[in-house]
Amino acid sequence: MPNTVLTVENVSVKYRLTEQKVDDLKDYLIKLLKRELRYKEFLALKNVSFSLEKGDRLAILGLNGAGKSTLLKVIAGVLKASEGKVEKHGTVVPLLELGAGFDVQYTGSENIYFYGAMLGYSKSFLEEKYDEIVAFAELGEFINVPVKNYSSGMRARLGFSIATIVEPDILILDEVLSVGDAKFRKKSEQKIMEMFEKGITVLFVSHNEAQVKSLCSKAILLDHGKLIARGTVDEVLPVYKEMTK
Amino acid sequence: MRNLFQTFKKYQYLLYQLVKKDIKLKYRSSYLGVLWTLLEPLLTMMVLTVVFSSLLGKGTRDFPVYILTGRLLYSFFSGSTKTALKSVRSNAGMIKKVYVPKYMYPCAGVISGYVMFLISLIVLFLVAAVRGVRPTWHLFEAIFPLAIVFVMTLGVGLILSTIAVFFRDMEYLWGVALMLLMYACAIFYRVEDVVSASNRWIFLLNPLYAVIENFRNAVFGLPMNITAQLYSLVFSVVAFAAGVFIFYKNQDKFILHL
Repeated sequence: MPNTVLTVENVSVKYRLTEQKVDDLKDYLIKLLKRELRYKEFLALKNVSFSLEKGDRLAILGLNGAGKSTLLKVIAGVLKASEGKVEKHGTVVPLLELGAGFDVQYTGSENIYFYGAMLGYSKSFLEEKYDEIVAFAELGEFINVPVKNYSSGMRARLGFSIATIVEPDILILDEVLSVGDAKFRKKSEQKIMEMFEKGITVLFVSHNEAQVKSLCSKAILLDHGKLIARGTVDEVLPVYKEMTK
Repeated sequence: MRNLFQTFKKYQYLLYQLVKKDIKLKYRSSYLGVLWTLLEPLLTMMVLTVVFSSLLGKGTRDFPVYILTGRLLYSFFSGSTKTALKSVRSNAGMIKKVYVPKYMYPCAGVISGYVMFLISLIVLFLVAAVRGVRPTWHLFEAIFPLAIVFVMTLGVGLILSTIAVFFRDMEYLWGVALMLLMYACAIFYRVEDVVSASNRWIFLLNPLYAVIENFRNAVFGLPMNITAQLYSLVFSVVAFAAGVFIFYKNQDKFILHL
């Protein structure tokens, strides 16, 4: 029985950009009094609606600046929509920027608890999964070294291992399938494929058509914040190709 | 409301982690480590005692205890409000990427400051013992000022952290305000030396001084000043309510200004 796990309803996100540069308080007050203080409103997303059922794998397509990342941020809960609402059922794991929540002065092992807490995991859960995380990240002795001494690949590996330790109901992927070296990439892809097989819902942003074709079942296309096409991958990809020409 | 409670429960381990990180990293690369929590107030107390008792000739035997009671409370308040003020902005990187209830950041700043403050009270008891200030049953009343100052600091911290997101100058303004507050707290002089007894109430208008006075009364075995106690209690509850309200109303806009 299909059940809806994610509903995005008429979501708009409004940013306010100041038109003129206001340097200081004096400038601000003068412009305020003269009523010259205008803001340009910038809609990063305009009335976007769609819904996903369990097991759907959605590709989000669009050119740079189309609002893809903004949409993911709204779904992840980092950014609040100016209008509309997002309903989620189940745990959401965003693989946005791996290791963005790390504290660089902390060692890898301290960061497992810290970053894990940030993602909302409990202490006992992290203790139970600690060995598994360390093993998957393949950091060896580096686990007791401060993260500031890690290479970017090592950071990403640790971030990936912590974030994917739970089985999410909704997984958000923002072009992160290119983590670390070829060996780790294979391993991470395999882990994600395993999750796919268990029927989780996936949101995937990529510019790689081959990846989109092989991973996703549905797709939406964004252009300047508007949802202009929605359907199966085979229906939407041609429209996107047309746009990139 | 129930939702709020559930999110707090889910993230309470994060709050613990943030507090732990603050304390752990503060002294990580120093040789004496957490001992500084004790040494720092002890050394400043010595400096203040030398300056104000030897040079100005106003020293009594228990003057160091007098200085410490004021200074410990003041430096908890000033340190924690400063940390809270910067907390949202200094965690901007995380706020933009991972969803976490944002009040965690200022709260963690205040709680870690409070933990270190409680540790540093050891110094006070040592100095009091050496200087012959005997504890009486009034010491139990210290629990009131200690609780009130926490609520007050948390409330003020929440207000400041919100303002600082939209108005960066707040950091410098607050620095100046804190200096003024320090002189208004009668840390290294006695109120009687500055104003006549009938004008004492001017000092007690300062809610932080009201807290300090009652803490001193408890340490020196004097009865509490009930008016000052109630006044600081009301002030801290109002500050806390205002802080929660202001923070809650504005938190969704933070990300647009970071």
